[in-house]
Amino acid sequence: MNPAIVRLEEVTKVYRHGEIDVTALDRVSLNIAAEDFVALMGPSGSGKSTLLHIIAGVDQPTSGRCFVGETNVAELNHSALAEWRNRHIGFVFQTFNLIPVLTAFENVELPLLLTRLSARERRQHVEAALELVGLADRMHHLPRQLSGGQEQRVALARALVTDPTLLIADEPTGNLDAHAATEVLTLLQTFNRTAGKTVIMVTHDPKAAAFAKRTVHLEKGELLNGNGQHR
Amino acid sequence: MAIPLKYNLRNLRVRWRLTLATMLGIALVVAVFVMVMALARGLKATYVSTGDERNLLVLRRGSTADTTSQITRNEVRRIRYLDGIARNEQGEPLASAEIVVLATIDRIDHRGTANVVVRGVGPVALALRPNVRLVEGRWFQPSLRECVVSRKIAERFANCRVGQSFRTGKTTWHVVGTFDAAKTAYESEIWVDADEARKEFNRNFYGSILLRPVSTAAGAALARRMEQDPLLQVRVLPETEYFRDQTKMAGPIQFVGTFLATIMSIGAAFSAMNTMYAAVGARTREIGTLCVLGFRRRDIYACFLIESVLLALGGGVVGCLLSLPLNGVATGTFSWTTFAEVAFEFRITGELLAKGLGFALLMGVLGGLLPARLAARKPVLDALRAV
Repeated sequence: MNPAIVRLEEVTKVYRHGEIDVTALDRVSLNIAAEDFVALMGPSGSGKSTLLHIIAGVDQPTSGRCFVGETNVAELNHSALAEWRNRHIGFVFQTFNLIPVLTAFENVELPLLLTRLSARERRQHVEAALELVGLADRMHHLPRQLSGGQEQRVALARALVTDPTLLIADEPTGNLDAHAATEVLTLLQTFNRTAGKTVIMVTHDPKAAAFAKRTVHLEKGELLNGNGQHR
Repeated sequence: MAIPLKYNLRNLRVRWRLTLATMLGIALVVAVFVMVMALARGLKATYVSTGDERNLLVLRRGSTADTTSQITRNEVRRIRYLDGIARNEQGEPLASAEIVVLATIDRIDHRGTANVVVRGVGPVALALRPNVRLVEGRWFQPSLRECVVSRKIAERFANCRVGQSFRTGKTTWHVVGTFDAAKTAYESEIWVDADEARKEFNRNFYGSILLRPVSTAAGAALARRMEQDPLLQVRVLPETEYFRDQTKMAGPIQFVGTFLATIMSIGAAFSAMNTMYAAVGARTREIGTLCVLGFRRRDIYACFLIESVLLALGGGVVGCLLSLPLNGVATGTFSWTTFAEVAFEFRITGELLAKGLGFALLMGVLGGLLPARLAARKPVLDALRAV
């Protein structure tokens, strides 16, 4: 087994709603190995998205430590976190989140604008990423000119184009029909198997989870063991 | 590299109705600003370009304008033959004793009347003012109630064309010629013989003497001598300085223009702010996405501020274009110095257009600051969850 690329140590996240504290994650400890494909499952409110956001550096834990490689993401400030996300995280959203006024090419190029690559190098990277998701012929289309499945494949290309440490997907098939969902999941699986990308995916759908190498279940902010019991 | 400019430009195009409305608001403010300033510039330029650096003007001590100055005939005789005054080919001193009176004349559309400067001049008046030249008809002859009028007066007032006559007071004046004064203050005048003017307007004095010394040094000596002469109650100043002082009348116009534009610009800046708040509101999830991709708060801040500035600059360009047709258009205003109408042209210069664009830029920055701050400070998760 590969060494852990993600290490969560006693991660707790508490949200405050007025006077009431809501515990979204309760002392969660978890290791994810490099080149793993993990599906995070659980009912609504179980804390799976919170866990994903903390690993991606979009949210910060109330306590505990979250290491990605050697970096404790919980310690980074806002600016450093933004730079870290650009280098290490490829994020795929349920709602695709493409910029509507930019073409597929320009959307995929966005994260590369923060790197030191030349325009020519950026073009090569973007074309390669769109080629990987089978949309090289759609690179000058605006998102509204693409189907839902195509939009999500563009989002996948955008997530991959910087060659990130982690590919994070939050319900990537939630807004897709069965055919498009299978296409996207197959692509995620391919990236994991052939390119060795570590993929962490939140899903409600057991069929989607079946594409992962392993599944981690959460309930009420805690991890469940393989028997469906709290660890 | 920051968020690309095309992102802003395309978003402005997508929301074209709101963009257009805001740009038009800013355009109107810039147009008003440029037009009023062009008016003040035109007025100033008219006076600044008037006067010859070689000439001296003699006025009654304490007077600020030739309309309120009085020089007696004895004083004229004493000054005219002083040493140091240049002479023409006939040996006549280049000193023109002049009188300025106001005549009330009908406007060309007969919608009311206006005061016009009637300048009584001596025979050497033209030699002292080389930029005044006859363009139609002939020069007036003394004692025949003849006059020559500037081209602008002929265009703006009734019965002032060559061959026509107009009445003022008890006298009917016959227009025998039209002159061009190269956009100077003389463009607002009617010229007649000085002694005839004194007679017809019941004045037993002159208003001023315009003279040319043989040299600058002689001019300084002449001025000293006249001002120190106990028999002369006069002040002597370069003709150009006299007209420069008259530019002060553009001050109130400039003030009103700036005041108006400032008040309007506050409204326009709020309009830009409103548009930018709407933009931030509509693109909250995009802001969240950009943050997740690695763009920092300052990138988001700059992005929305730049968009506001682009919006305002677009309005500024439209405003400048709206004001351009006014360049060179002739108009007139009342002078509180001479109590007469002064004709001039709107002057829109490159510098003025740059100021108009600067003004638009300021509105864009002021309108964009708060919305950009709001966009930059949105928590990433909240932004991502926005519908």
